[in-house]
Amino acid sequence: MSKYHLDYLEQLEAESIHIFREVAAQFERPALLFSGGKDSITMVHLAKKAFAPGKIPFPLVHIDTGHNFPEALEFRDWLAKEVNATLVVRKVEDTIQQKNLTEPRGKFPSRNWLQTYTLLDTIEEFKFDACIGGARRDEEKARAKERIFSVRDEFGQWNPKLQRPELWNIYNGRIHKGENVRVFPISNWTELDIWNYIRKENIDLPSIYFAHERQVIEHEGQLVAISEFVQPDASDVVLTKQVRYRTVGDMTCTAAVESTAANLDEVINEIIATRISERGETRIDDKVTEAAMEDRKKNGYF
Amino acid sequence: MDLLRFITAGSVDDGKSTLIGRLLYDSKNILIDQLEALEKSTKNRTDGSVDLALLTDGLRAEREQGITIDVAYRYFTTPKRKFIIADAPGHVQYTRNMITGASNASLIIVLVDARQGVVEQTRRHSIIASLLKIPHVVVAINKMDLVEYSQDVFNNIVIDYAEVAKQLGLKNVTYIPISALNGDNIVDRSEIIDWYDGKPLLEFLEEVDTAHDIDLDNARFQVQFVIRPQTEELHDYRGYAGKIISGIYKRGDKVKVLPAGLETTISKLEVGGQEVEEVFAPQAAVIQLADDIDISRGDAIVKTEDTPVVSNELEVLLCWLDDKPLQAGNKYYLQHNSRLVRAVVKSIEYKLDVNTLQQQPVEGGVKLNEVVKATIRTASPLVYDPYDQFVVNGSAILVDETSNSTVAAVLLQ
Ligand SMILES: Nc1nc2c(ncn2[C@@H]2O[C@H](COP(=O)(O)OP(=O)(O)O)[C@@H](O)[C@H]2O)c(=O)[nH]1
Repeated sequence: MSKYHLDYLEQLEAESIHIFREVAAQFERPALLFSGGKDSITMVHLAKKAFAPGKIPFPLVHIDTGHNFPEALEFRDWLAKEVNATLVVRKVEDTIQQKNLTEPRGKFPSRNWLQTYTLLDTIEEFKFDACIGGARRDEEKARAKERIFSVRDEFGQWNPKLQRPELWNIYNGRIHKGENVRVFPISNWTELDIWNYIRKENIDLPSIYFAHERQVIEHEGQLVAISEFVQPDASDVVLTKQVRYRTVGDMTCTAAVESTAANLDEVINEIIATRISERGETRIDDKVTEAAMEDRKKNGYF
Repeated sequence: MDLLRFITAGSVDDGKSTLIGRLLYDSKNILIDQLEALEKSTKNRTDGSVDLALLTDGLRAEREQGITIDVAYRYFTTPKRKFIIADAPGHVQYTRNMITGASNASLIIVLVDARQGVVEQTRRHSIIASLLKIPHVVVAINKMDLVEYSQDVFNNIVIDYAEVAKQLGLKNVTYIPISALNGDNIVDRSEIIDWYDGKPLLEFLEEVDTAHDIDLDNARFQVQFVIRPQTEELHDYRGYAGKIISGIYKRGDKVKVLPAGLETTISKLEVGGQEVEEVFAPQAAVIQLADDIDISRGDAIVKTEDTPVVSNELEVLLCWLDDKPLQAGNKYYLQHNSRLVRAVVKSIEYKLDVNTLQQQPVEGGVKLNEVVKATIRTASPLVYDPYDQFVVNGSAILVDETSNSTVAAVLLQ
């Protein structure tokens, strides 16, 4: 093979960096939506490479549901310092109080739906015109048609019929006042690509991605950690298990998988061996309906 | 391991969804939970099999209409390659989607129903493939099970298609007899189609040589973003970030900045913050120059001995992608990679019939899905190569000034 050849990870990286630079050049106030998970951590790594030796020319924005893993929050603060990026945190808790929203109830009170409000308020507050998100097209059928530059109206709404054709590697980010664009630089990566890239680039991750001991209960075949936000019922059996997480979401709605994988190689081997996709395995609230994602996207969820 | 992007094209019901489903399924790229969802939503099929087509079915609006109306992307990986499929619809009106999906593809699978042979849609899709210069064409002759796996049927279709390919100047055409439904010649060689001695589809996709699809001879680079840290240590740092569109750049190369025409040399090259001796397509790089020249986004940096066309009078083919018709005299933005300029469509010469390639007069405006030859004048010059010679530096889009939507694919001539 010629030395002038990029393997698939290098090609994906080059494409993502190109997208990051387009965002920085085309928009006045972009922001990177940082969820705390491996996908956003990978995006920060790519952004750092895109603008080196300068600093990342946009803030990392975290919409904090208040239900996060403490390990993830600690990591977030460390990472922002490490790459010398501005970190903006806005709390769903505050939105709930200000807007007098109804706090979700039940045993697994997911604030996922409420994030939308806080996000839209944050966009408004900072007048962000482009929000960079870590969604991948392989995650979900409804995502498969998402553009890399996806235009939203003032209400954050997405309209499948109004998506612009995206040709070659030319990204049209022109928008009207009040509109904004969601940009997905890692659209073409799969879960496994992300893991392989993390290994190749030696990217640091929060500890909960690796096997550790945790007290859990079983809920419809999934393991949920006991925490401040999830308390066992009388009927629950509390077990102590070796687990790890495949995605980092809220403690109330992210399930753990039993695992002994303590390092990246072992995690990747397990992922290759499993036959269950990321969302199915770890998001409790996604099981609602097949069309849930699409509805949510229409409402401005990233 | 490398990456292959391909597009599938066919008329409605030729079996495109089934084929993609089959590729994902047989290459073990469907996961248990997806499979369960699939089984659940498979409408009481009498034979109890899963409907592979449902795997690739997208948004609800489309599900309700029962047809695919937009481009969707699918991913699968084998030990040899990562694949990205642009799943473009077969419906007559949606030339627009096919162009979108095809613009990034290095291979196209043209599906032909063995019972129907080469039809109008086959020609249309092949014409688009030839206009967009997709380097590799696979003609997958599907539903062989419905023609008793007949070699004659296959051979006749090959003869018919070869005629189309010749007319269009399509090279690298490969013919594979398949049954997407039964899995013949998809992942494994079909035992029934024993008269076929070529590769099954997946093996072909894994092995097709794409190394030469990227041009390493002519160096092209466009500035996307200027990096100016302006910190203490990097006080005078000025790096031009962009993608190497094609070719190779080395430190010390004599370069010319276009359209201004100033000459200088490359003083430093970086990739991802690391200094390197050379950079090549399609890397995302940062170029530093020996002289302080005024350079901004959209400017091109090329080798002094090999320069592209610099002009503001453009002969183009336009594929119209918008509901609002194009009239001569209309003004737009033209975006060529990262360069955005004002443009006016001065004249429209003729319309290209995408079924016959015949030139026809344009009456009234240019409508959605039509392809026309036109001349465009831009407010400042464009630095480009003719699309036919050089796809990556010969493509652009038109953007509507009022709606901001992307209204045309532009192939520079
Ligand atoms: N007998 C047979 N039927 C097929 C084959 N491929 C697809 N079909 C059927 O043709 C119909 C249309 O297929 P589909 O994949 O939905 O076509 P699309 O519109 O091109 O996506 C479905 O009923 C499929 O089961 C094949 O190889 N043999």
